[in-house]
Amino acid sequence: MIGYAFLLILAFSAVAYFVGRSTGSRFVATAGGKVHSLPGYHGAFVALWVGLPALLLLLLWVSFQGSAIDRMLLASLPETLTAGKSASEIDLIVSEIKNVAAGRMFSQPSADIVTVAERLQGWHAIADWAMIVVAACLMIVGLVLSRRLLSPRFRARNVVERIISGLMIGCSVIAILTTLGIIVSLIYEAAAFFRMVPFTEFLFGLRWEPQIALRPDQVAGQGAFGAIPVFVGTLLISFIALLVSVPIGLFTAIYLVEFADERVRAVVKPVLEILAGIPTVVFGFFAILVVAPAVRDFSNVLGLAASPNSALAAGLVMGIMIIPFVSSLSDDAMKAVPRSMRDGSLALGATPAETMTKVILPAALPGIVGGILLAASRAIGETMIVAMAAGLIASLTINPLDSVTTVTVQIVTLLTGDTEFDSPKTLAAFALGLVLFLVTLTLNIIALQIVRRYREQYD
Amino acid sequence: MATVAEMPRETQTFTTVRTPDAAPRPVKVRGENVNVFYGAKQALFGVTIDIPEKAVTAFIGPSGCGKSTFLRCLNRMNDTIVGARVEGKITLDNRDIYDTDLDVVELRARVGMVFQKPNPFPKSIFENVAYGPRIHGLARSKTDLEEIVVSSLQRASLYNEVKDRLHEPGTGLSGGQQQRLCIARAIAVSPDVILMDEPCSALDPIATAKVEELIDELRTNYTIIIVTHSMQQAARVSQRTAFFHLGVLVEEGPTDHIFTNPIEKRTQDYITGRFG
Ligand SMILES: Nc1ncnc2c1ncn2[C@@H]1O[C@H](COP(=O)(O)OP(=O)(O)OP(=O)(O)O)[C@@H](O)[C@H]1O
Ligand SMILES: [Mg+2]
Repeated sequence: MIGYAFLLILAFSAVAYFVGRSTGSRFVATAGGKVHSLPGYHGAFVALWVGLPALLLLLLWVSFQGSAIDRMLLASLPETLTAGKSASEIDLIVSEIKNVAAGRMFSQPSADIVTVAERLQGWHAIADWAMIVVAACLMIVGLVLSRRLLSPRFRARNVVERIISGLMIGCSVIAILTTLGIIVSLIYEAAAFFRMVPFTEFLFGLRWEPQIALRPDQVAGQGAFGAIPVFVGTLLISFIALLVSVPIGLFTAIYLVEFADERVRAVVKPVLEILAGIPTVVFGFFAILVVAPAVRDFSNVLGLAASPNSALAAGLVMGIMIIPFVSSLSDDAMKAVPRSMRDGSLALGATPAETMTKVILPAALPGIVGGILLAASRAIGETMIVAMAAGLIASLTINPLDSVTTVTVQIVTLLTGDTEFDSPKTLAAFALGLVLFLVTLTLNIIALQIVRRYREQYD
Repeated sequence: MATVAEMPRETQTFTTVRTPDAAPRPVKVRGENVNVFYGAKQALFGVTIDIPEKAVTAFIGPSGCGKSTFLRCLNRMNDTIVGARVEGKITLDNRDIYDTDLDVVELRARVGMVFQKPNPFPKSIFENVAYGPRIHGLARSKTDLEEIVVSSLQRASLYNEVKDRLHEPGTGLSGGQQQRLCIARAIAVSPDVILMDEPCSALDPIATAKVEELIDELRTNYTIIIVTHSMQQAARVSQRTAFFHLGVLVEEGPTDHIFTNPIEKRTQDYITGRFG
């Protein structure tokens, strides 16, 4: 039904456009050069006045129809069904009614339920039709009113421009509001967690054993929520990843910018883009199946003991994942250094390598550092690879051959499986998420600030 | 009438009208039958020219006629342009600069270049000038280096204006000061030849006058080649002038001669402002 409503609005708007445009053309024919706007703008003006309010109405209607009908349904439930039932049992009955109304029947429903379900179906039909009728009326009113506004001197062009920019503002507001909503819910849940576990214990505690009992009969640990081992694990893996990706990515970029000829560039760049496009899950099993065994064998040869899911393996693979990121950002930073700098250095008799290290790199350094910070924030927030290849046990160590866990891995494990939203175990995930969010946000802001300041230097 | 560049290559004639100096100077740079191509497009057609030592030679001509192209041949900066190809022979002190065993890095140390837009590095004034001596290892000690920097800045008549802020960024200077900084930077590696591609086109008249004055002073020690769009500038600073048109060197001779009674019709038309 909603699909038809959209089609109707589209069709109406198209009609409105042509109506407006023909009015505009008539103005041009009669008033000549004194008409302010081109006929197309008159058309767009009318179309916007017809389409937008109807669209808005549709959205509101759809978002409130469900709850309104639910309330009516609850109020109209016969005594026979609700007598002596608890709230959750009534919920069950309501969902059964909805299922029956939607034609999903698993067993023969009782007669009472069938009557209520039929009534519900009727309401839905009425609501749908009412929506279409109201929308149509609104569109007709819009058409009539906006046509009345048209005149040769009417500034349709400016008004359309304003409406469109209003629409764009609306879109960006939606994006911002969503972000705010996510942050608020994070803070809300994290606050609930900090009511159960002291803030200082979370930030400075050295033991992380969140698997506490959800039900009294479960056998589980006491629970400890000191996040330091998790943070250290995250930093260790990210550090290994940067250790891999920064040199490789940077040197790749230097090579591509300064030394590679056109043909090499034509091959290497797309290959790097492929690397950037590989899903992280794939990197994850690459880590498990190839890198982790290799790390273990290699350290055995050296006489060292490596755990099967060592931080080194996860970090190496994560490093490979962010190579294209580092290289493309450094590439951009170096390309942004004006050619005249390079020419100036070469004309003084510097070799390309001297030009690179003494002129281009220093000039591009802020951009490169910004890129590395962005890569770091990527590494810290990366989930899939570590969820597959890193450990679950939070041990406080900086030995890369040991198994460590990360913030993202803990969030995943805390929120999958048996969960209950008022236990500190589950809420801890939100506290971790909040910390993760704050750290990556800070990194991103610093990085973007650096990159921006440096861009201003040359433009 | 078809221009030379449009004629088939075999039938093109590239005669250059030459007027020698009354008292000839020794030749520093010599181009013999130089052709330059950008990909398939030919930009210079058989340019042959002798450039005298310790004098200012000006290249003039309408936009796109190949002045910069020829200038860039002289320090092989064309090597850095993808697809550019140079034919013919160019010698510096009778040595072929396109010879395979000549080190282009050394060549560029001997043939400095100043660009159209001042392009100081984003480093301090001191570091800008010290850059060349550092990479070529010209200074044995720190005091040596300081001496080179100060004397280069003095020769570029910039020292008095910047002596209190040698360690502030070179990009913070005014346009004219930046251009003189670039000249100081070029001088610091003690080149024999300085190439200048429209060095004053981004400067105001006062800064231009300063740079011109400087060029006149530098002439006693360096061979200078300057590309300019300003006829007055060519007349003021140069001793010899070469007029290019559509990739061909049309006429070259003593500056006062070129500007007072040019022989070629095209030269005449250009300097009287009839085209270009
Ligand atoms: N990098 C390049 N790639 C391709 N063609 C080029 C390149 N540089 C110059 N050209 C061409 O070579 C010809 C000569 O250019 P050049 O820059 O030498 O002219 P110019 O005399 O310096 O002009 P202007 O006075 O405008 O600086 C022009 O037709 C130009 O389009
Ligand atoms: Mg030029």
